[in-house]
Amino acid sequence: MLKIENLHASIGGKEILKGINLTVRDGEVHAVMGLNGAGKSTLSNVIVGHPAYEVTQGSITWDGKDLLSLNPEERAHEGIFLSFQQPVEIPGVSMVNFMRAALNAKRKYLGLEPMPAGDFLKLMREKRAIVELDSKLASRSVNEGFSGGEKKRNEIFQMAMLEPKLAILDETDSGLDVDALRIVAEGFNKLRRPETSAIVITHYQRLLDYLKPDIVHVLIDGRIVKTGGPELAAEIENRGFDWIVRGIKD
Amino acid sequence: MEATKQYIDFFDEVRDVITARSCREMNDCREAALQTFSSKGFPSQKVERYRYAKVEADFSPNYGIALTPLGGQLPPYCFRLAEAEPRVRVLYNNVADTADSIVALNTMLCVDTLVVHVPQGIKVEHPIQISNILKGEQDTMVCRRILVVMDELAEADIIITDRAASQSRFLTNQVVEVVMGNGSHLNLYDIEETHLLCTRYNSVFVRQGRDSSLHHTCLTLFNGHTRNRLDVLLQGEGSEVTANGCVIADKMQHVDNNTLIDHQVPHCQSNELYKYVLDDSAVGAFAGRVLVREGAQKTSSNETNANLLATRSARMYTQPMLEIYADDVKCSHGSTVGQMDEAALFYMRQRGIDEPEARLLLKAAFITEVIETIPLESLRDRLHVLVDKRLRGELSKCEGCKLCK
Repeated sequence: MLKIENLHASIGGKEILKGINLTVRDGEVHAVMGLNGAGKSTLSNVIVGHPAYEVTQGSITWDGKDLLSLNPEERAHEGIFLSFQQPVEIPGVSMVNFMRAALNAKRKYLGLEPMPAGDFLKLMREKRAIVELDSKLASRSVNEGFSGGEKKRNEIFQMAMLEPKLAILDETDSGLDVDALRIVAEGFNKLRRPETSAIVITHYQRLLDYLKPDIVHVLIDGRIVKTGGPELAAEIENRGFDWIVRGIKD
Repeated sequence: MEATKQYIDFFDEVRDVITARSCREMNDCREAALQTFSSKGFPSQKVERYRYAKVEADFSPNYGIALTPLGGQLPPYCFRLAEAEPRVRVLYNNVADTADSIVALNTMLCVDTLVVHVPQGIKVEHPIQISNILKGEQDTMVCRRILVVMDELAEADIIITDRAASQSRFLTNQVVEVVMGNGSHLNLYDIEETHLLCTRYNSVFVRQGRDSSLHHTCLTLFNGHTRNRLDVLLQGEGSEVTANGCVIADKMQHVDNNTLIDHQVPHCQSNELYKYVLDDSAVGAFAGRVLVREGAQKTSSNETNANLLATRSARMYTQPMLEIYADDVKCSHGSTVGQMDEAALFYMRQRGIDEPEARLLLKAAFITEVIETIPLESLRDRLHVLVDKRLRGELSKCEGCKLCK
């Protein structure tokens, strides 16, 4: 369970998050919606420990552990995964070496031996099939020369390999065409185990149609101003955010 | 000046010993070399091609000087100079820049020359490895000389490795001359894996005939102070050269690569890619001059030097140079100096790869581009392993070598 309490965070001295409270129980899918610049990506970056962001107040606990005291790689080992809004290209580092390093680092953290090479390659093949990622892409450098859609598919592939307990999807739908969106979303659903929870950051209803969130939050100016069920996402799709913003001002 | 005098005095003392152990072709060149060395001395940093080297300081310490001829049985295509064909013997000191003091010093003091001679039309199946192993309790200076002669249409892979098997101070002055006949093809690799107390001056001179092609790779994996010079004269139309290199340096290591690609005739191609990864307080220098002479039309040339500095205290001096005296050519040159990609580092950490490992992967990735151009597959695979070990700090001894065990 992820528990965020009164979280304040800033970047370059500018406060972006102004008191976030959010609890995500095992198996729940939460959607976070909101206008550009509301702090959605900041929230995901702070959860995974991006060094550019400073937490000035509040706490995040993860299965009872103080998440903020862990470095980014420890948070990853503890089962937190971020599907990046803009996945980074790393020329010269092959997907195979990258994934092997990531997987074996996690196994080491859990006190397990490195995975034998044969098993690892078999696992790569299995997981690749789920997101229909071309075998050629898997043998190339990390994200290098991938199209926007391939990069997002590659994020879900990595998630499949690392089997996180909490997946944060930061605008995974941006830059995806309808088919790619379906493949990514269905891949995500296939990979989910009952206890896997997710935070889905998006502007649109479309991804949520596939992922079926239990709870929908609206983030505006660094605070969660409204929380509801899936019907809230549908209402935002129809009416936009204006009525919510006006509601706060009144 | 002190150091210059020290070497001249030494030569005067041992002249008879050297002459007796050597052969006529080498002895014939000694007096002229002495003249050059005495009049010029060690080059200062005011000499353009030595701007980034501290030659006098490198040669000043008091070394014992090895005067040992080549011994033992040599493999196929390899000879001592005295035993090579007469038309090969006359090429000695014919390609090297004899006006250069470091070459002159080598010519004065060197006792023996290893010749690799590949006759016309012969394709040497297995790579020829010339393994230099520095060993001994005394601080030692070594002068080495190699002459490679590729006859018409000959093909070979030659790997020259430089290693040190004991922790003494070593100073190497190596001169390599390469003559490439028409249509010949040579892959030449120079790999240094020595230690912090080793100083190396390596000067390679190549003359290429018509339609010949050279792939030269210079890898400095571990060293103390190193200066590599490479001069390639493209003298036959249709000749091609690829001159690549990579450097991994940390601590107080110093690596200077200085190259000249001289396009003397039309329709030649050159490609140059040097990449450096510098950590701690390492210092790197790259000066690469591409010269396209008058009349060398349809020249195609590309020169790139890219550098990754892992710390604020590492330093890189880079000087790509392009001089064109013809009007129908396609040439480019450039260099970059950059730091670690922070976005890539964080991306890797989010996937669970700890920071030191992520940095290591990024450094290895940077070098990979050079390794991947190596035509010899088995060497390429081996080098990926060596680079990884080097970056992990595990490359102190050369495994697989009896002397180091």
